[in-house]
Amino acid sequence: MIAFWLLGIWLVLSAIFTVTARKPVYSVIGLLANFVALAMLYLTLNAEFLAVVQIVIYSGAILVLFLFVIALLSSGTAAFGIGPDKMPRAIGPALVLVVATLGLLVFGLSRAPMAISPGTSTSTTGPVGTAGVFGSVSDFGRALFTTHLLPFEVTAFILMVAVIGVILLAGDAAPQPTLGKHAPQRRRSDRAREPILK
Amino acid sequence: MSETVAIANYIGLSAVIFFIGVAGVLTRRNPLIILMAIELMWNAANLALVAFAKSWLNNAGHIFVFLVVTVAAAEAAIGLAIVVIVFRNARNVDVDEAASLRG
Repeated sequence: MIAFWLLGIWLVLSAIFTVTARKPVYSVIGLLANFVALAMLYLTLNAEFLAVVQIVIYSGAILVLFLFVIALLSSGTAAFGIGPDKMPRAIGPALVLVVATLGLLVFGLSRAPMAISPGTSTSTTGPVGTAGVFGSVSDFGRALFTTHLLPFEVTAFILMVAVIGVILLAGDAAPQPTLGKHAPQRRRSDRAREPILK
Repeated sequence: MSETVAIANYIGLSAVIFFIGVAGVLTRRNPLIILMAIELMWNAANLALVAFAKSWLNNAGHIFVFLVVTVAAAEAAIGLAIVVIVFRNARNVDVDEAASLRG
């Protein structure tokens, strides 16, 4: 109980810091704190594997991607040239949206007894990772590779599409102003030495 | 310890995080911070899914969160590539100035 409220306060404060930070790097730090708190919340909900995935994929991979892009974009000499935020104009509609939808959500939750059949694992206590205990890695893996095999394979397809899309967008096929048409035959080692942004 | 926390608390926390993300998308002009606010919203949805999975002791919510994490990773990669492209072409990453697709 105390853990939930501490983690909840941590989560909300880091989310607010992420959204209101002045520089993107500070936002990344706030997001990192947010992800760590979220992983611990997953642990309180018996989702062991998802807690590990949260740390490895989000904090490890996605945030590093953000940091790389921030470093790439700020390595040029010119500033970003971003105008002031739209706080005064948009905060009113945002607040109305927040309050209305939050109220709707709480209203719906308070009067909707949903009936979903429980899964195969019925026990919530037991040693970590043993089969039959809800949320254990063993049960997760069995469900992923038997009952939900098709979504798992669709995941592989989505990742392939993302890789192809990123290569098409940011790869060598894209027009690069620093490389021009005069030197199409240059080796990769020469190109790698040039600054991407001038 | 955590058995005494009602599931509605987790859902309320998820809603708060989601709308902090919505406010970030609506109010910021830096596309990187907008993408991070979108990540916040993904995570809020994931928290709700995990809470519901615990509520009904059903593993399907965990599987769904796994798929959402994959899609979020793909979205971040594509979105950041687009930001890099826009910056490379326009020398500017203000989302209000990037209107060349408007026609």
